[in-house]
Amino acid sequence: MSAVQMSTLTSPMARMIGRRLLLSVLVLFVVSILVFGATLLLPGDPARAILGQQATPERVAALTEQLGLDRPVWERYFSWLGGILTGDLGFSAATQGPVSELLGGRIAASGLLLVLTALISTPIALALGAWAAVRRGTRTDSVLSGSSLVLAALPEFVIGVLLVVLLATSVLQILPSVTIARPGEPVWTRPEQLVLPVLTLALVVIPYVVRMTRATLSEALDAGFVEMARLKGLPERTVLMRHAVPHTIGPVAQVFALQLAWLAGGVVVVEFLFRYPGIGEALIDAVANRDVQVVQAITLIIAAFYVLVNLAADVAGILADPRIRTSSGVDA
Amino acid sequence: MSAPTTEPTTTTVSTSLIRRTFRRRQARIGAVLTLVVVAVALLGPVLGPLLTGFATDDFAGRPFQPDGVLGTDDLGRDVLTRFLAGGGPVLLYAVAATAIGIVGGAIAGMLAGYSGGRLDSIIMRGGDVLLSFPQLVLALLAVAVLGSSGWLLVLVIGVTHIPRVARVARQATLSVASQDYVLAARMYGVPRRRILATEVLPNITGPLMVELGLRLTYSIGYVASLSFLGLGVQPPAADWGLQINENRIALIVAPWGVILPVLAIAVLTVGTNMITDALAKESADTTGENS
Repeated sequence: MSAVQMSTLTSPMARMIGRRLLLSVLVLFVVSILVFGATLLLPGDPARAILGQQATPERVAALTEQLGLDRPVWERYFSWLGGILTGDLGFSAATQGPVSELLGGRIAASGLLLVLTALISTPIALALGAWAAVRRGTRTDSVLSGSSLVLAALPEFVIGVLLVVLLATSVLQILPSVTIARPGEPVWTRPEQLVLPVLTLALVVIPYVVRMTRATLSEALDAGFVEMARLKGLPERTVLMRHAVPHTIGPVAQVFALQLAWLAGGVVVVEFLFRYPGIGEALIDAVANRDVQVVQAITLIIAAFYVLVNLAADVAGILADPRIRTSSGVDA
Repeated sequence: MSAPTTEPTTTTVSTSLIRRTFRRRQARIGAVLTLVVVAVALLGPVLGPLLTGFATDDFAGRPFQPDGVLGTDDLGRDVLTRFLAGGGPVLLYAVAATAIGIVGGAIAGMLAGYSGGRLDSIIMRGGDVLLSFPQLVLALLAVAVLGSSGWLLVLVIGVTHIPRVARVARQATLSVASQDYVLAARMYGVPRRRILATEVLPNITGPLMVELGLRLTYSIGYVASLSFLGLGVQPPAADWGLQINENRIALIVAPWGVILPVLAIAVLTVGTNMITDALAKESADTTGENS
C-alpha cells in the first residue's frame, strides 16, 4: 500500500477521531461546571463547616478570605479548576488536610483493583464468548448464555455478598471477608485480601463481554466472507483465527473499554462492601460526612476516567470498523 | 394510509410482541421469579406480623440471637418480619425511577430523532454530560449536596436513565420518521406532537419495552445498592438493601438477615432480566422481518 493511498484512507478517520476528542474535552468542561455548581446548592457556610460550630467569627472570616469564598462564583470556579488541573484538589473538612494527600494512595489501590480485574476477566470472557459462538445452538451455548444472563442481572453488592457467604463465612472460610491491611499499609502486602473484591468485579464484568463476544463472533461466523473461506477448503481453525476473529477485535476492544467504565461505578460499592481502602470507599465516607471538596474531587476523577475510557472505546470502534477504514466518503 | 388505520394495527403489533415473548420458556420462568418476589413485597407487610407475631419495630430478643423464626437482627428485631416488610421501598422507588427514565427518554429521543438539526444536537449533547458519570456516582453527588431521601434518589436515577433511553428512542424514531405514513401525516399538516404520539410512538414500542425491562433491572440494583451503602432508605425503615448492611457483620452467627434479602433481590433482578432478554430477542426478530 503506497503512502498516498494510506493518507486518503486515514483522513476521514482522523477527522472523526479528532471530532470525538474535541467533544470529550467539551463534555469534561461542562462536567466540571456541573460538579462545581452542585456545591453552590449546599446550605450553610463552607468555612464554618470546615472550622466547626465553635469557631470565632474572626477565624471564619479569615478562612473565608483564604478560601476565596468572598470572590465571584466564576472566579472561584476557575481557581478551583486550575487547582484540580495542577493537582491541588482542595481541603477536606473531615480529615483537616489536603484532599490530594487523602487520595494519593487510594487512587493506586483502586487502580490496582481495576487493572487486576481487567487482566483476569478479559481472557476468560473472550474464551467463553468464543466457545459459545462456535458451539452456538448447542447445550454448551445455552448453559454459557444462560449463566451470563443470570450474572448480568445481579447488582455488584449482591454478587459480593453471595461470594462472602460462599467463600468467607457461612459455607467455606478460606478467604478474608474484609480488607485486613492496617491503615497506611499498601493493599498488595496481603494479596489474599484482593481475591474477593477482584472476583466480585470480574463476575460483574465477564457476562457482558461473553455476551458481546458471542454476538459479534456468531455474526462473523455466519457472514459471507467466512462461508467463502470455508468453501475454499480452509480448515475450520484457520477460518476462525484468520477470518472470523479479526472481525471481532473492534467491538471487543470497545467492550473492554466500556467495562473499565462500568467498573469505575461498580468499584464504589465493592470497595465499601470489602472495606477496601480505595477512592470508592473514600467517596462513600465523604458523602456520609458531607465532606464536599472530597466528593467533588472524587466524582470529577471518576467522571474524567469514565469519559476517557469511553473515548478509547469509540476510537477503537472507529479504527476497527472496516466500513470507515476503507471508504473515504464517510462522514458520520 | 393515514392516521385512523395505522393506530389499530400497531397496537396489535405491541400486544403480539408481548404474547410472543411469553411463548418463550425463558420469559415464563422470568415472570414466575418476578411475581414471587413482587408477591412477597406486596403481601409481606400484612402477612409478616400474622405469621411471626412481631411488628417490624418490635424487639424479639437480644441482637443476633436465634430467637423467633429465623433469628433476630442487629437491634434484636425479628428478621423474618423485617424481611417480609422490606420489599416495598425497593419496588416502589425502582418502578418510579424507571417511569421517569422511560417517559423522559422517549420524549427526548423522539423529539431529537424526529426534529433533527439543532434540537437534536442540544438534546443529545446534554445527554452526553449526564452519560459521563456512572449513574451511582451522580446519585452520590446528589446525596452529598442535598442529603439522602428516597425520592431524591428516584429523581436522580430516573433522570440519569433519560439519556440512555433517549439514545435508543432516537435511533428507533430515525427509522420510523422516513416511513410513508409519517410523511403523509406531515404533508397533511398534522402537528408534531400528534405525529409523535400517534404515528411514531406506537411504532417504537418494541425497543422501548426492552429499555423498560433493562432500566427496571438497573433501577432495582441502584436503589438496593444505595440503601445498602446507607445512603438510600434510612433506618428504622424495613428495607432489603438496608437490612443486608445492618446484618452483615454477624453473617456467621445469624445468616438469615443477610441471605433472605440478598436472595430476594437476586431472584427479582434475574426474573426481570430474563423477561427483558426474551423481549429483546422477539423484538429483534420482528424488526428483522420488517426490514
